[in-house]
Amino acid sequence: MAHEDAQEDTVRGADDTDRLDEAVPPDGSVQPEPEVDEDGLTADDPGIAGSRTRRPAAEVAPPGGFVGSLKFAWAVLTSMRTAIILLLLLAVAAIPGGILPQRPVNPFAVTTWLANHTKTGPFLDKIGMFDAYHTPWFSSIYLLLFVSLVGCIVPRTSVYLRALRAPAAAPPRPVSRMSGAVSYAASAPSEELLTRAQLAMRKRRYRVRRVGDVVCAERGYTRELGNLTFHVALLGVLMAVGYGSLLGHSGSAVVVEGQGFSNTLTQYDDISAGAAFNGQLDPFSVKLDAFHVAYETGPVQRGAAREFKADVTVTTPSGTRADSIEVNKPLSIGSSQVNLVGHGYAAVVTVRDGNGNVAYTGPVVFQPLDSNLKSVGAINVPDARPQRLGLQGYFLPTASVGQMGPVSLFPEALSPELFLTAWAGPPKAETGQPQSVFTLDTTGMTQLTQNGDLLRLKLAPGDSYVLPDGLGLVTFDGWKRWVKLQVSSTPGMGAILAFVLLAVAGMAVSLSVKPRRAWIMVSGGEAWSAGADRVDGRSGVGDEISAVAAELGLEKPPPGP
Amino acid sequence: MTVASFSALAVVTAAVLYLLALSLHALEWAMARHVEVSTASVATGTKGGVAVLDKPSDTAVRPEKADMYGRMGFSLTILAAAVNVAGIVARGIAAHRAPWGNMYEFITTAAVVVAVLYVLGVWKWHLRWLGLPVTLLGAVLNGLAATVFYVAVAPLVPALHSVWFMIHILAAIISGAAFSIGGVAAILYLVVARAERRGTVKGYLAMLPGSDGIDRISYRVLAFAFPLWTFTIAAGAIWAEYAWGRYWGWDPKETWSLVAWVVFAGYLHARATAGWRGTRAAWLAILGFALFWWNFIGVNLVFAGLHSYAGI
Repeated sequence: MAHEDAQEDTVRGADDTDRLDEAVPPDGSVQPEPEVDEDGLTADDPGIAGSRTRRPAAEVAPPGGFVGSLKFAWAVLTSMRTAIILLLLLAVAAIPGGILPQRPVNPFAVTTWLANHTKTGPFLDKIGMFDAYHTPWFSSIYLLLFVSLVGCIVPRTSVYLRALRAPAAAPPRPVSRMSGAVSYAASAPSEELLTRAQLAMRKRRYRVRRVGDVVCAERGYTRELGNLTFHVALLGVLMAVGYGSLLGHSGSAVVVEGQGFSNTLTQYDDISAGAAFNGQLDPFSVKLDAFHVAYETGPVQRGAAREFKADVTVTTPSGTRADSIEVNKPLSIGSSQVNLVGHGYAAVVTVRDGNGNVAYTGPVVFQPLDSNLKSVGAINVPDARPQRLGLQGYFLPTASVGQMGPVSLFPEALSPELFLTAWAGPPKAETGQPQSVFTLDTTGMTQLTQNGDLLRLKLAPGDSYVLPDGLGLVTFDGWKRWVKLQVSSTPGMGAILAFVLLAVAGMAVSLSVKPRRAWIMVSGGEAWSAGADRVDGRSGVGDEISAVAAELGLEKPPPGP
Repeated sequence: MTVASFSALAVVTAAVLYLLALSLHALEWAMARHVEVSTASVATGTKGGVAVLDKPSDTAVRPEKADMYGRMGFSLTILAAAVNVAGIVARGIAAHRAPWGNMYEFITTAAVVVAVLYVLGVWKWHLRWLGLPVTLLGAVLNGLAATVFYVAVAPLVPALHSVWFMIHILAAIISGAAFSIGGVAAILYLVVARAERRGTVKGYLAMLPGSDGIDRISYRVLAFAFPLWTFTIAAGAIWAEYAWGRYWGWDPKETWSLVAWVVFAGYLHARATAGWRGTRAAWLAILGFALFWWNFIGVNLVFAGLHSYAGI
């Protein structure tokens, strides 16, 4: 909201004196109770602080009629109090999504959470708690906030433009009678002193003008400029983000070493696209030649990743080249960015069916479950005859069997093993329904047993296992690595960045510039000075005036009673 | 002794030194318990405290003993900060990288930045009255680092191999340190403002600048921290675009950073609004301060997000 200055809020109760406008004596001493509001900033004060003439909503009775109600609603919406409440509401509304798992981030965690909370889960789901940032209640808060912001920026901009053209403010009363005024004995003729005072203030980058025997000086106009810039830039950020999410897309695909990915919709494992995404994808393909991983083998952080590097061959309409993708070095192709967002192991297996034919051969992607890459996966062999086959279980890069069953002790494939259970069933017509690639749909299948126990296969690379009842043969040929590539396009990214930088710059200016007014009066062998710090939380005008007085050779007054 | 073990020892030593400094500042407060309402605090009262801000308490009755303990506490704080710096530099040397790669390194560096900002503040704005809360922060941050968050020196995971590692994290550390100083000043503000309302400003409170002065210091520090925090979030978003292919993904860390940001934005607006400035604004500053540390400690330990590195 563009309402950062105290003066801007026109509500001034009896106990709400605007202490900011009190004049400060140059020596910084404390005055007895200063007179309240002596600089009298009024609604049409051309000061740096914008002046919104609108009354506080709470004190305005809703006028009759439709238009009146609208005006009232606008006044309420754009008031500073509402802005604060909306900001706090936004903070509160952002919290559930920071606590509960979110579908767009981690759908699996949401499913687990719902399964564990059967009572509260469905209700929370209904009110959108698992996709909190796309709910109507979240959107409405930030949209209201931005409406309120616009309602604030527009009037303040015109006030600011007027203030820019205005000359330095005249003292609201004779300088000698202002609170905190300091008097000196004039050290030189009045005219000379006034001219030198003007020069001195100009040198300090004040806007200066002469009114009679008073030099009026004012500075700090960039504060409100920074303030307005920040708030306008915020609007810009929101619009650029909206533009990018409307037209952009992001999808991912798992690619096993030796395989490729071409940037067409059908090759994505999942995709999310904005409402206005036109389906146009940059034409390219990426082949994963090799994926290099290094893990910490020392005693500290053993098993932590130390290197991820994917060697790829990129083919675009203009040719083919070798390149690489690392975690912090995505590939840029046209308007697309290709990131390395995940990796894991694929078990290369061959399954021969009961008839002796190869029913499946190739890499099967396993999904990592923990940091040592214990991975889960399923081998679906629908074409096996006479019975179709299915296997599911774990890939363990450094296998060991503990009390809790098979575990992996290290993420590198030092002694990889497959632990599988097997299923068989009569052939089934293809339904075309999507299935999870990591779990087996066992409907219509029975789990294989041997000697009354459930059959468990434990295979090292090169091992084969003959399934009971002549159902077939499973061979663990070896393993490969896979990477998950994310391809995304976000139009307007440059604009987002530019607006964010503009916002930070504007904010820094608005929070650091100190607007001040100062007056020096010389008359009849005497001189007076007074000044005012014009924003909350800033001080120092007194010191500055003292310095100017010293430059002018004005004698400091003897310590008063 | 290896460089790494020197670093660990220096952090523990710094924690103990901050604790000693804290005790001296506690003595300073205790020695001032007989101070009655001073001229300064009468004058500052509820308003008009403008002047005291930059040169506080010259007129206050400052018992000699309290002053002595205060000066001793401050000297010890400088020593503690120096040892703290040595610990972090040694950590960086041992790790052959910037020492900001995990919670231990973040929190010890944050303690140093708190101390450095405080020493600068004492030098430029006579902020020695913040000695007690600042040494408390130093002792708590380094103490937590040594006991809870300690991890041995190790290289970085690939996700942190980026120039943004330095930029983003250092900005976060400095804003966190400034939020902390602004936050403890806001707490002091509430204490003093309450005493002023009740007319019970005495003891050490009478030696502090008036509530207006404390408020102003709190604001200045927070007004410095807020743009920096905005920059931290923006730099994080740029880095996220490189590392994860999206600039904003509502990761728990991102979400809570935004919540803290919004609360501080609320604080800045509250300061300029009748009915909100003063007490309510101070509460918002304290809330923002708490949210920052929750986002650092709570979010890392409670939620599995993309910002979890090196176990802790």
